[in-house]
Amino acid sequence: MSYFRAENLSLHFGGLKAVDAVSFAVEKGEILSIIGPNGAGKSSIFNLISRIYSPTSGRIFFEDQDITGEPAYGIAKLGIARTFQNIELFENATVLNNLLVGRHRHSTTQLWQELLFLPSVRAKEKAHRRRVEQVIDFLDLEPYRDKLISGLPYGVRKVIELARALCTEPRLILLDEPSSGLNVEETDDMSFWIRDMKSELGITVVMVEHDMTLVNRVSDRVIALNYGRVLAMGTPSEVQHHPDVVAAYLGS
Amino acid sequence: MRFLFKTDYEDDIRLFPHSGYVWSYGTLLVLLVIAPYALSSYLISQLVFVCIYATVGVALLILTGFTGQASLGHAAFLAIGAYTAAYLQQFNVPFPIYFLAAGLLTGLVGAIVGFPALRLQGIYLVIATISFAFIVEEILARWESVTHGNEGMRIKTIALLGTTVPRDGPAFYFLCLAMLILTIVGSLNLLRSPTGRAFIAIRDSETAARSMGINVALYKVKSFAISAAITGFAGVLFAHKLSFISPEMFTLQLSIEFIIVILIGGIFSLHGAVLGAIFIVMIDPFLTYLKDDMPGMIGSVAAALGAGSEGAAHIQDRVAAFASANGLKGAIYGVIIVLFVLFEPLGLYGRWLKIKLFFQLFPLYKRATFKRQKIYVKSERNR
Repeated sequence: MSYFRAENLSLHFGGLKAVDAVSFAVEKGEILSIIGPNGAGKSSIFNLISRIYSPTSGRIFFEDQDITGEPAYGIAKLGIARTFQNIELFENATVLNNLLVGRHRHSTTQLWQELLFLPSVRAKEKAHRRRVEQVIDFLDLEPYRDKLISGLPYGVRKVIELARALCTEPRLILLDEPSSGLNVEETDDMSFWIRDMKSELGITVVMVEHDMTLVNRVSDRVIALNYGRVLAMGTPSEVQHHPDVVAAYLGS
Repeated sequence: MRFLFKTDYEDDIRLFPHSGYVWSYGTLLVLLVIAPYALSSYLISQLVFVCIYATVGVALLILTGFTGQASLGHAAFLAIGAYTAAYLQQFNVPFPIYFLAAGLLTGLVGAIVGFPALRLQGIYLVIATISFAFIVEEILARWESVTHGNEGMRIKTIALLGTTVPRDGPAFYFLCLAMLILTIVGSLNLLRSPTGRAFIAIRDSETAARSMGINVALYKVKSFAISAAITGFAGVLFAHKLSFISPEMFTLQLSIEFIIVILIGGIFSLHGAVLGAIFIVMIDPFLTYLKDDMPGMIGSVAAALGAGSEGAAHIQDRVAAFASANGLKGAIYGVIIVLFVLFEPLGLYGRWLKIKLFFQLFPLYKRATFKRQKIYVKSERNR
């Protein structure tokens, strides 16, 4: 049984088949990249997994559990975190607060305890803070702890989004174009972090990516999509040389 | 300029980041404690209203400022609190019990009002809350067996611990002050806990909040309930202060006053609620001054400028007619809101922070420091 599995996943907007009977599986501890031209349905698959959209048909399994019926907030509680293509941070909050929101799925305090800020709440807050600091250390975000998101440059925001996802302590992470808008050095850093997430933190990674250098460098397997359908699946070089993939990108 | 060196995670959690805060807020507290013995009873009465408005302001900040859900229905929550107190008092229910009951009942109503909010946003939510306020106003006027309709209800003096707390004495002022301080401390505690962060997350991006495991619907309802409950508590003391309540006291204009409290004060910080409350309570004396003194003053200025006695009297009459025109208060409110949203969206507290920074950085302050701020009031998030 695979760690994560999508079976015949479809998403139709009227007559448009954004995702059309896509099936794939992710093994525990691997890095899987999804590539494809614009509008191929890559981000739609992510939105289906994290339940921002509901699938027209098909099922999703995670750790042998059917999660197709889970609400969006339930997906995060199961240990699936994600980042967004167009950064979705909490603009008017500090970096620290953004990351602490990532800890939300681990919070166990009751409302009345929080109103009084009992010692137990304080202790838990410190524990959360300690975990957040580990992520800050992992992604080198020390200079930005108390900064407001609205004043930070794009590249840093991208990393903070990754940090926020890591703060949820996910077992599976979905990265939607982690390198878009980043310069060469930042992309380099990103590729190291993605590999470290796999090797040091033991997180399974699924990412949508256009930068083929990054894809080649980090992925164990690649899936190519076009018009909502799977074109090819395999190692990075296999997929890149698959005639259908070449045709989809360059025309036949 | 003070540099904070954080050496402990506690430094991020504590309410007072450094000793300067303890000193300034301590001094403020001492001044507020000796105030009733030093000020005239009129000013004390004004302070009581500041406390009540500020409490409602904090409630509205939790909902609008931190959760991003606009409401023009808080006058109705205040009314529910006030009428619950008035109703229960008839049956000789002791003050602490009806005080709590009023808060809980209003909180419950708030939670129920929160449900439509799950599907509405921005201007539509505002309209929904206005409708709610009208419904409550109408119920208060029609449900005569409980609310005595348009005749209104009298509220007796608070009986607490075997004594009475007259509504213009220092004890009543301390009660209101205690309510305000407890509300502020509770809200600050909430804002540094998971719930408060979830509120802020919902305000800034519902999609991201969901994917972080926040049950957006639950927290929106929670925010409505908390905000309504605090307003309900304030309603009890509001009713006692006025000693008489009737439906026409809880109109749309009162809800707008509450919005002004947070908009003028500053929508991003609890300080804003207090500053805004002081501002709104000061408007009434200002209007009285406008009515009583200004016509005569302008008349005499006109006479001094050679308008002739007849002309001066004419001008004086015109100014008097203007100053006592119906709806002048509403017009002034409107102008104030527009001016603040356009020129100082951070409100009075934002202005105060800028002034403070000017002195901290002197002579290095740059006018452009706040030029590129993109804040909640003006951002597209406030749909």
